[in-house]
Order: sequence, then C-alpha cells, then structure tokens
Amino acid sequence: MSNEELKSLAASCPHFYWKLFQSTFLISAFTVGGGFVIIPLLRAKYVDEYGWLNDKDTLNLVSIAQSMPGIVAVNASIILGYRMAGIRGALTALSATILPPLFTLSLIACAYDWFASNQYVRYLLKGMQCGATALIVNVSIDLLQKQLKKKMLLPLAIIAGTFLANFCFEVNIMLLIIFDGLLGLLFMRSREYGK
Amino acid sequence: MIYLTLFLEFAKVAIFCVGGGYASMPLIQAAVVDTYHWLTLSEFVDIFTISQMTPGPIGINAATFAGMKIAGIPGAVSATIGFCTPSFILGILLARLFFKYGDIGPIRGILNGLRPAVIALIASAGISFIVLALWNEEKLPADLSTIDPIGILILAVSLIAVRQKAGVIKLLAASGIAGLALGIVKQLL
Repeated sequence: MSNEELKSLAASCPHFYWKLFQSTFLISAFTVGGGFVIIPLLRAKYVDEYGWLNDKDTLNLVSIAQSMPGIVAVNASIILGYRMAGIRGALTALSATILPPLFTLSLIACAYDWFASNQYVRYLLKGMQCGATALIVNVSIDLLQKQLKKKMLLPLAIIAGTFLANFCFEVNIMLLIIFDGLLGLLFMRSREYGK
Repeated sequence: MIYLTLFLEFAKVAIFCVGGGYASMPLIQAAVVDTYHWLTLSEFVDIFTISQMTPGPIGINAATFAGMKIAGIPGAVSATIGFCTPSFILGILLARLFFKYGDIGPIRGILNGLRPAVIALIASAGISFIVLALWNEEKLPADLSTIDPIGILILAVSLIAVRQKAGVIKLLAASGIAGLALGIVKQLL
C-alpha cells in the first residue's frame, strides 16, 4: 500500500486501533525462541490476513528494526505501528508488545521454582518451539523461492554470502547488516531490485 | 529513587544493545549484578533462563523480570519502559526517514541491500531452530542418533499444517498442546 492508502486505512477500517493492538499483543505473546519468529507472525497477520502490507514492506520494516539498537521485536512493532498510523499507531503497537511479558512474568515470578523445574511446562514449550521452527522454515522457503524466481545476481549473492558468514562463520549480525547496507547503497540503487 | 534509576539503566542497555535480545543479556548483567548489586549472579542466571523459556521477546522478558525482582511490579514497568524508550524515539525517526524518503536513490539502495540480508538471517535462524527442535541442543551433536522423536513428529506435522496455510497462533497453541500430550505419553511408556 502507498503512504496515502495507509493513512486512509486507519480512518476507514472499523476498530483499526483495536485490531492493531490485538494483533501485536498476540504476536508478542507467541514469540517463542527469539526475534526472527516475529517475521512469519507479522507476515501471516498483516500480509495474508489483513492485507495491510506486502512481503517487501515486511522485509523493509524488519530491515530497519534489525539495523538499529534495541530489541528487534520491539523495534519492529514500533516501526509497524508508525507505518500504519503515525505516533498513535506506534504507541498502540508498543504497548501491546510489552503487556504480554508483563502479565506472564508477573505470574511466573510468584511461582518461579515451580515453573523453572516443571516437566510439563518444558513439554509445552518444546512443542511450541517445534511449531515456531515450522513457521520460520516456511517463511524462509517462501522468501527464497520468490528471490530465486527474480534471477538477479546481487541479491542472491548477498543471501548466500550473508548466510554463510552468519551460520558457518558466526560473523556478528550488526557487521553483516552494515556491510550489506553499504553494498546496497553502492550498487543496488536501481528500482529493478525493489520489484 | 529506584524506579528512575531502573528506567535510566535499562534505557542505557537498550542504546548499547546491538544485535537483538541475546546481546542485551551481558549489558543487563553488568548493570544489575556488577554495578548496582541489585541481584546476585545466580538470580540473574534464573532471569536468563526464564526469559528464554517464556514466550515473548527475550530482551523484554529479561527487563520485565529483572525489574520485578528488584522493585516489584512498578519496577518491572519502569525497567520495561526504560528499555523501550530509546527504540521508540529512534524507531520513529528512522521510520520517518525511510518511509518518507524510501524512494530516494541512496535509501532505496540501502533497503534493497538489506532485504536479502534479512532473508539470509531468517534462513540461518531457521536452521539453528531445526537443530534445536530435533536434537534439543544449540549445535549439531556429534552423535546424530540422539534425535528426539517427539521433535520430528511435531515439526513434520507443523510444517505440513503451515504449508496448508494453517493460522499461525492456532498452530503455535496446538503444537504446544501436542508437546505436552506427547511428553506425558513418553513419560508413561
């Protein structure tokens, strides 16, 4: 959606802020195992279900969230909210992101020893972690397939190089982001790459 | 005043935390254990464990839980808000810049370079997740036969479900319940 369309969306969609709050709340409550799990969740909600964003928007906002200090999930929710509905949207999304941990951890703090050593809690979390793995694998396959279809050398080289550097050589993510951003700045200004 | 100190300390952590939630852990430790002696190291290790176990972004979990241990619910709120304030200001500035000028050459270039990078990072996280789901270890073990049958089963079924466009929240809830049920079955066998 263009900036203008997004602006009118906040005004025209019934219960827009409630929808934004509820979806970000659920995403935060179900983020298991680290920041990148939010990508399949964001995509399922905002691309597939609501149609508020497309894949490129999602990747753009995660790129920005990843390239600034702080926690990726929090950064992403602020940027998403701002993108959808300005400062009010950002505040809505941010509060929805920090409320679930506040609730769950208040409960857990009362029964910490029970929670940390409980076998059943561990089973439940193990299951959720497998589900999250399926989500992240699925989104990786989709995005890779899309990129492969475009048959453009530079983005594919960045994917391969960044993957190898991060997964095999454990290069710091921040360094990779700076390096790839610079590559983009120098060699990828053409609109072709954004299609 | 403890709440103000918590707010400021966690804001400082957020500013210097580059690279996501895990990167914030040593910074939080330096503040709450080494500098202020609010918590002991073993209490901090508990916080780390709980933050990893609990659903929700790990950094926020850690800030909330540390704040709560130090000064109750108001402490949790101050630490969390402190942790998010720098991101809020910077996030809005960057979002403005990128969305307003996203179609100007240099910024378009940066985003064009970052999108494939993010795809690679997602794929890399995906493979680490598979290893964790199947072997319950961070790194691929030398002995691959320690593979967890429950992990294989839930992962395979979830993958099929997600390819069939199952709802994500439902899928996560269902896989949690499946993990609990299969774990109990395994215990009984």
